Amino acid sequence: MAVTPDDVRHVAGLARLGIPEDALARYVEQLNGILSHMEVLQRVKGEAEATPPDAGMALREDRVAPVPLAIARERFAPRMRDGFFLVPRLATHEDAGEEP
Amino acid sequence: MTVPLLDQGAASIAAAVREARVAAVEVFGAAHGRLLESHAGPDGIHAVLSTAEPPTVAPTSGPLAGVPVAIKDNIATLTLPTSCGSRILEHWVSPYEATAARKLREAGASLIGKTNMDEFAMGSSTENSAYGPSRNPHDRTRAPGGSSGGSAAAVAAGIAPIALGSETGGSVRQPAAFCGVVGVKPTYGRVSRFGLVAFASSLDGIGVFGRTVDDAALATEIVSGHDPHDATSAAVEPAAMRIGPGTLDGLVIGVPREYFPDSLDPSVRERCDRAREALRAQGATLRDVSLPHTDLAIPVYYIIAPAECSANLARFDGVRYGMRIEGDGIRAMYEATRAAGFGAEVTRRILLGTYVLSAGYYDAYYRKAQQVRELIRSDFDAVFASGVQALFTPTTPTPAFALGAISDPYEMYLSDIFTVTANLAGVPAMSVPIGRVGGLPVGGQILARHFDETTMFRVAYALEEALGAEAAR
Repeated sequence: MAVTPDDVRHVAGLARLGIPEDALARYVEQLNGILSHMEVLQRVKGEAEATPPDAGMALREDRVAPVPLAIARERFAPRMRDGFFLVPRLATHEDAGEEP
Repeated sequence: MTVPLLDQGAASIAAAVREARVAAVEVFGAAHGRLLESHAGPDGIHAVLSTAEPPTVAPTSGPLAGVPVAIKDNIATLTLPTSCGSRILEHWVSPYEATAARKLREAGASLIGKTNMDEFAMGSSTENSAYGPSRNPHDRTRAPGGSSGGSAAAVAAGIAPIALGSETGGSVRQPAAFCGVVGVKPTYGRVSRFGLVAFASSLDGIGVFGRTVDDAALATEIVSGHDPHDATSAAVEPAAMRIGPGTLDGLVIGVPREYFPDSLDPSVRERCDRAREALRAQGATLRDVSLPHTDLAIPVYYIIAPAECSANLARFDGVRYGMRIEGDGIRAMYEATRAAGFGAEVTRRILLGTYVLSAGYYDAYYRKAQQVRELIRSDFDAVFASGVQALFTPTTPTPAFALGAISDPYEMYLSDIFTVTANLAGVPAMSVPIGRVGGLPVGGQILARHFDETTMFRVAYALEEALGAEAAR
């Protein structure tokens, strides 16, 4: 399962990471080097196959609760209007309405 | 010879402040003086990234009244930046406070500074900090360990008797061993992760450094406890940790053979042998045991941790936090911001984590790693079910390595070989100084059952007592 330059370009795209072309070969080599040490896991058969992957990780209900902010939202937001944050507009948002 | 108050331990400092024998601001001044002295010159230890102002409302009560504490830069504090050792969060100040930091503050502690770390806690030497590496106070050409190397170095240099760090695969215990201080990783769920910037959520936890076992026990007791703001915080009874020295009569301590491979540094092995004798002399029975999947822990860890990191670090996108580099369109902005904001190791782990989660590779890597993680956890369950109450191992395979000595990423990962298992299994573990080799400290690791910090500290107190001054030689 050797990692190719196209694989690195693909996962970099998924992760929204800009990777310069001249750094690509280095990451390909390093990822292949690291993943070669992971192959040892493939030798674990039988008992591992039957093990549920999420056993033992008990989580409680994820309920929304207020976050105890020490600084009011209004103080660290660039601007607010009607309870909403107004953030710096992105270059592609020409049709997003008025400037904050 | 009179021992300076700053070196008398947290409990003594707090008692002196409570009894008005010294003012908290004087203690802070002494700590600040140590900070300046240890950071001066080109080989300064560079443990602290940002320094606090003296307390304006001097604490006069609490178990840590006036005790200076240092806090790792990925734990949210209200008065100093929380940069995580990264350019992408440079100068970022949190609008809320981590529960552990709040508990220290409410106990009367004075924050002295935020400490250096490998970027987003990814590393074992602090060399991955965007702000340059810290240096080991025992030999400034060497690494203090990581990722919480700044906290370990600050405690070793006597700036603060207590510091907070964080653990994902050994980031408190390994630097504690390298710097000759005590480092505690409590059971997963014992200490709230609220306000700890997430790296790998199923492994992350806040840990404690202390100059002594007693300082570490005191601080760990204070930061422990259920917190509704952290869904993985456990609603369990508090464990007694500050129990003081006593015998180990009746205690069975397992010595897992996989932690003493032929490749173990002979000087580390020799110090561990002495520590085992000391434990025996204190009344413990030592038993040879096996944790048979130990050799798979590093591959498992370096699949699961990068996978979780690739999801957790998606939030740093130029929109919600920190720096932004404009690009031609929103996608270009994301990519430019993250390329400029993240260093090489963080980038490598995000790529690795995204790869092992991507279609076609998920089953071969991530799912398999989760299955083997269960086997590693089962190893611990089996050994503790066999009548063993604690385990003793070396904390690291070698003493502190030289800065710049390790360039291969996987070779660096191997320095965590004895520590990652506790994070994968969720059990409590700590490192205690057990001697020195050529002036460099060596750490011994104690592990115990889930939520049995009491037994872990019982062994730690006894080991510290038995080794005495030998641990510093």
